[in-house]
Amino acid sequence: MSEFVTLTIDGKEVKAPKGSTVLEAARSAGINIPTLCFLKDINEIGACRMCIVDVGARSFQAACMYPVSEGLKVITNSPKIRETRKVTLELILSSHEKKCLTCVRSKNCELQTLAKELNIKDIRFEGELQNYPIDDLSHSVVRDPNKCVLCRRCVSVCKNVQTVSAIDTMGRGYKTIVASPFHMPLKDTPCVNCGQCIVACPVGALREKSSVEKVWEALSNKDLHVVVQTAPAVRAGLGEEFDYPVGTRVTGKMVTALKMLGFAKVFDTDTAADLTIMEEGTELVDRIKNNGKLPLITSCSPGWIKFCEHFYPDMLDNLSTCKSPQNMFGAVLKSYYAEKMGIDPAKIFVVSVMPCTAKKYEAERPELASTGYPDIDEVLTTRELAEMIKEAGIDFKNLEDSQFDDPMGEATGAGVIFGATGGVMEAALRSVPYLLTGKDDDNVDIKVVRGVETVKEAEVEVNGIKIKAAVVHGLGNARKLLDKIKAGEAEYHFVEVMACPGGCVNGGGQPIQPASVRFDLDLRAERAKALYEEDQGSTMRRSHQNPRVLKMYEEYFEKPGGHKSHKLLHTHYVARENYPENLE
Amino acid sequence: MSCGCCCADTKAQELEQIIAKYKDQRGALIPVLHEAQEVYGYLPLSVQKKIAEGLNVSLAEVYGVVTFYTQFSLNPKGKYKINVCLGTACYVKGSGDIFNKLSEVLKIKNGECTSDGLFSLDACRCVGACGLAPVIMINEDVYGRLTVDDVPGIIQSYFDKEAESK
Ligand code: SF4
Ligand code: SF4
Ligand code: SF4
Ligand code: FES
Repeated sequence: MSEFVTLTIDGKEVKAPKGSTVLEAARSAGINIPTLCFLKDINEIGACRMCIVDVGARSFQAACMYPVSEGLKVITNSPKIRETRKVTLELILSSHEKKCLTCVRSKNCELQTLAKELNIKDIRFEGELQNYPIDDLSHSVVRDPNKCVLCRRCVSVCKNVQTVSAIDTMGRGYKTIVASPFHMPLKDTPCVNCGQCIVACPVGALREKSSVEKVWEALSNKDLHVVVQTAPAVRAGLGEEFDYPVGTRVTGKMVTALKMLGFAKVFDTDTAADLTIMEEGTELVDRIKNNGKLPLITSCSPGWIKFCEHFYPDMLDNLSTCKSPQNMFGAVLKSYYAEKMGIDPAKIFVVSVMPCTAKKYEAERPELASTGYPDIDEVLTTRELAEMIKEAGIDFKNLEDSQFDDPMGEATGAGVIFGATGGVMEAALRSVPYLLTGKDDDNVDIKVVRGVETVKEAEVEVNGIKIKAAVVHGLGNARKLLDKIKAGEAEYHFVEVMACPGGCVNGGGQPIQPASVRFDLDLRAERAKALYEEDQGSTMRRSHQNPRVLKMYEEYFEKPGGHKSHKLLHTHYVARENYPENLE
Repeated sequence: MSCGCCCADTKAQELEQIIAKYKDQRGALIPVLHEAQEVYGYLPLSVQKKIAEGLNVSLAEVYGVVTFYTQFSLNPKGKYKINVCLGTACYVKGSGDIFNKLSEVLKIKNGECTSDGLFSLDACRCVGACGLAPVIMINEDVYGRLTVDDVPGIIQSYFDKEAESK
């Protein structure tokens, strides 16, 4: 039990746990203090001074940092406080490129909201606009420093949560800028394209590299057979763009909307997730039986893959050679499906809708084109799909449900939970006994690997073989676990790593929720619930039961880990330099 | 130029020693950067990369510190280091124009060095010669009460000096 203290905020008596901040105490009492740089658990540095309050000290204090204490008297609202906050905000706005009309974040911008909340009618200062160049050379992330408010939320998430540190604050005074070292484009840094900086940013300074125009173009090209696949986490996030509560599952409406947008077929990436489990499970069994390289580490998360290539090149042999479900899907469409349907693979245009910005980079990897065509042609984030639905004038909330199309529209519950941390592991453990012995065990719900705890462990025993598994999410956590494995302090057979905290449901391509919502809600847990719900409701919950997948093997791939699958469904990795040797 | 590679080697060794000396200390970054700059004259990418690796901090953090403090330089310094005082007294008397003229004549910006390695140009704070404002310094030589028209002649005198010494 934590100890409590009693303080007064605006004359109201409030009880708050010792060690909490004035901001937390005020929110719990229903008193709103404006914030800008604060992002719970990620950026608590007191940089912007938007949240100042009077605690009876000589100067105003930042509520997001100031600890509560017994008998503390806090005033959050007085003429002087309001004026001070206004001046602070007007100074930020004076040098901000105020182009709300054409900004990605318009109507979901914390700066815009603040200006409204603080009742700014006029900006009394004339600031200098810096006219920085926009960095749009990365396949995943676009940086526009002209809209940056220097809150450092992106810096903290990149440095402390992901331990990549591709960006930091550079320079000083009015020339301060968040950038990469030597102002290199992000693509020349070890940036893993996870997009966690984008979802942390309060404003329009960070966004994904848009594929919307390219997809519209493909859709209106009569020569192309344009198909789409949607990753599991998308259905758990998309609703937020249409004002549904966080964690609302909108699978059926999403499929209807995609059909209305003009896609010839709407497929479910989950089918490929089931396929991945067959391949990866077989790989695991093979490595265990034949003294192969262990632990086997999952390869579904392209942010994690790039991280491994940059920071743990000595562990590349531990990575599963399986392509990610996204790319397996593309390869299947341009081989098996093309053949089955009698369509020239050159005319098949595969769009994927992903909760992820790193998938855009993955799609561009030159080695992922084993059919002779790129596995994936364009990747849309969940946010971009919402943009297209809105642009097409579709009334999303009033849509009927529809089903994914055959032959790649059927998936098991195992495929669905891929979108949450622990999901790949749970799916694998549901199938490994079968792959080892030809028989299922009784474990379908392997709850120890669920949830947002940083490291989760499980152990299953099949025919006397013990399989030790671990699950981590967030690259900083992955780094800690890998260091332990390298030091011999931990030993596993199988490790699941997801680059984003919480897994794909909290990916960098998901709808952006403001700091105020993230203050009360754990997006990771809420969105994951939606997926576990779909799994619970499935009649088939093990990947090896998926009739579509079994048929694919029968008609085309022969067997998991077979010759054809190796050619089409597996890949390899390369060690990468963190920064170039010289500036060009 | 003749000793390029062996100099580079000794410099790299010195850098390694500097890093080793501070490696496990708190707040090592700033002293290491200082000493590295003494060895190299400036802090190019390759040097910052070695420091980042050696001290186990990110290159982004190293570069952030280098660009925060004015005493660190990202560019090599010229044989003749020009410092233009932009302190209040000099600024009021037009040292900004002098700076611009120098930049125009030498075709370099603040902090840069000419491609022949002869001149580098920096803006600096008050040098304490306000009576002579506006003031520039070229290495140890002070030039005071300047006008924009004096600039080409001063630069020319250094070119002449170079020609003589050859
Ligand atoms: S970042 Fe916000 S305030 Fe700035 S232009 Fe975009 S919407 Fe407007
Ligand atoms: S995409 Fe990820 S790795 Fe790249 S800068 Fe953003 S947070 Fe860092
Ligand atoms: S880019 Fe966005 S998150 Fe990063 S410092 Fe600027 S405003 Fe903050
Ligand atoms: S200082 Fe508290 S929100 Fe920025």
